[in-house]
Amino acid sequence: MEQTTNRYHSVRLDVTRCKGCTNCLKHCPTEAIRVRDGRAHIIDERCIDCGECIRICEYHAKVAVTDNLSAIKGFPHAIALPAPSLYGQFKEIKSISPVLDALKAIGFEEVFEVARGADVVSRAIKEKLREPGLPRPLISSACPAVVRLIQVRFPDLIPHIVDIRQPIEVAAEIARDEFCRKHNCPPEDVGVFFITPCPAKMTAIRSPIGQQKSAVDGAISVMEIYGKLMPHIGRILTNPTQPSSTIYGVRWAASSGEADAVCPDNSLAVDGIQNVSRVLEEIENNMLSDLVFFEGNACTGGCVGGPLNFENNYVAKNAIRKLSRACSREHPTEHVPASMMTKYPLYFDATIEPNPAMKLDDNIVEAMKKMSRMNAILDGLPGYDCGSCGSPTCRTFAEDIVRGNCSEMDCIHKLKDQLKIMAERMVELAQTRRE
Amino acid sequence: MSSFIHAEYPVAKGDYTRAGEASTDIKRRLRQLGVGSNVMRRVAVASYEVELNLVIHSDGGKLTLDVDTDGVLLVSEDVGPGIPDISMAMREGYSTASEEARSLGFGAGMGLPNMKRNADEFDIQSEVGKGTRISMRFHLA
Repeated sequence: MEQTTNRYHSVRLDVTRCKGCTNCLKHCPTEAIRVRDGRAHIIDERCIDCGECIRICEYHAKVAVTDNLSAIKGFPHAIALPAPSLYGQFKEIKSISPVLDALKAIGFEEVFEVARGADVVSRAIKEKLREPGLPRPLISSACPAVVRLIQVRFPDLIPHIVDIRQPIEVAAEIARDEFCRKHNCPPEDVGVFFITPCPAKMTAIRSPIGQQKSAVDGAISVMEIYGKLMPHIGRILTNPTQPSSTIYGVRWAASSGEADAVCPDNSLAVDGIQNVSRVLEEIENNMLSDLVFFEGNACTGGCVGGPLNFENNYVAKNAIRKLSRACSREHPTEHVPASMMTKYPLYFDATIEPNPAMKLDDNIVEAMKKMSRMNAILDGLPGYDCGSCGSPTCRTFAEDIVRGNCSEMDCIHKLKDQLKIMAERMVELAQTRRE
Repeated sequence: MSSFIHAEYPVAKGDYTRAGEASTDIKRRLRQLGVGSNVMRRVAVASYEVELNLVIHSDGGKLTLDVDTDGVLLVSEDVGPGIPDISMAMREGYSTASEEARSLGFGAGMGLPNMKRNADEFDIQSEVGKGTRISMRFHLA
């Protein structure tokens, strides 16, 4: 798998499978894909690891790099952190317990629900929302692809991002600490592995958002272990592992779960990266400043729609709705003890920086010159946005020319016009009589 | 001073389907130029307000964007109907928006004061029966 810069990405291109078609071009929310020399290229600086291209590529040339299950053998002890969306993959179960026990059966010594982390984070956000003087709406930091989308396309909204860590990070801290106390072992002996529905979270472990270092050691995709868990799901144990998260924490798995937990009266939950972009645009224009909280999920349906899940997002959401009814209905503000709120790191310890990947040049005068050239080139392009040149639109093609990455004759329509002129000249030449 | 970047956006009266497209394009351009977040946000708010103003209140007009090394200049010019009392229109909460506009959530009477608040320099000229010209300048850091 290709990796051209030192910027880590879970989403990669499998060159051997890429046909060089243009399906992925149009679906990338940050215009990060180009087709050159008959194959796709991902622009590292722009890619936000949302996984949209993985979903759209019918040749499966876009892949997510995650850890293999064997990675847990690298530690004396391994803890699984199942995303609540994992529960929705098994529509025949009546409770969460079989999933937790199945994880133990495939090699994890302990299981800690990410939904418990979500409970703690729910309480923290709810308390945060009461603080005066914060921008409105506050934007959830839970979906790493949305945070990175903001860094690339809406950097002026960075101050809106709630500075509280993601549930997986909080869950990892608690899980490791509780395990070490119980078994009296050093923290480095414990490997904490997230069972992930998406590549965005894998990337967030390697390149953390708002944190110096992630507390998670690796991410194993749902797809990777689904088949291994399946045989254990139906087994009835005499002493099953009991879930201890609330209905609120578990429902973070689907869109609006987080918003319902932290601000049911005045929040907005949007799913699907293109929809999220549109609403962020409105937040940028101050059109939604009467909202208190905004939850955006890159995947349709929320985390249940992650590209590394097995079950379709509607079925999974429905399963989670049913399963979560058996959980505690106590709100996290009561369910999570106050002592928990100071015991573990809940807040960012690093700032989120804008990602200037869209900038034409570091020097603003040069950037203006490039933009002027770009506009002049764009005027001469047909405006079909056909993608034949390998850029997603005529506008991005003009941009790619001024960036020096291609030339005007890469436009097949321009080339045809040029050929026509040349052909006419040849006819003229051929018809020229000797005097 | 000659501007490096010049763009014009015609805005038709009552064209809600295209409302916001000009401000989206303006934001995209400024982002590509590397304009800082603070200025970006203020231009975003003001350009959207002024564009919506043209759609809701004017008989049609155009928005003009000019960018040079000093800053961003945003000018809105329309062909009418003109504002009879500018000081009244500049008051927060004052609105003459139609029922149609209000039902769409616009016309809360915050438009002009909001523009003035967000721009570094703000100028408005209006003549009844002729039109309104709003000029906003944003300094680059």
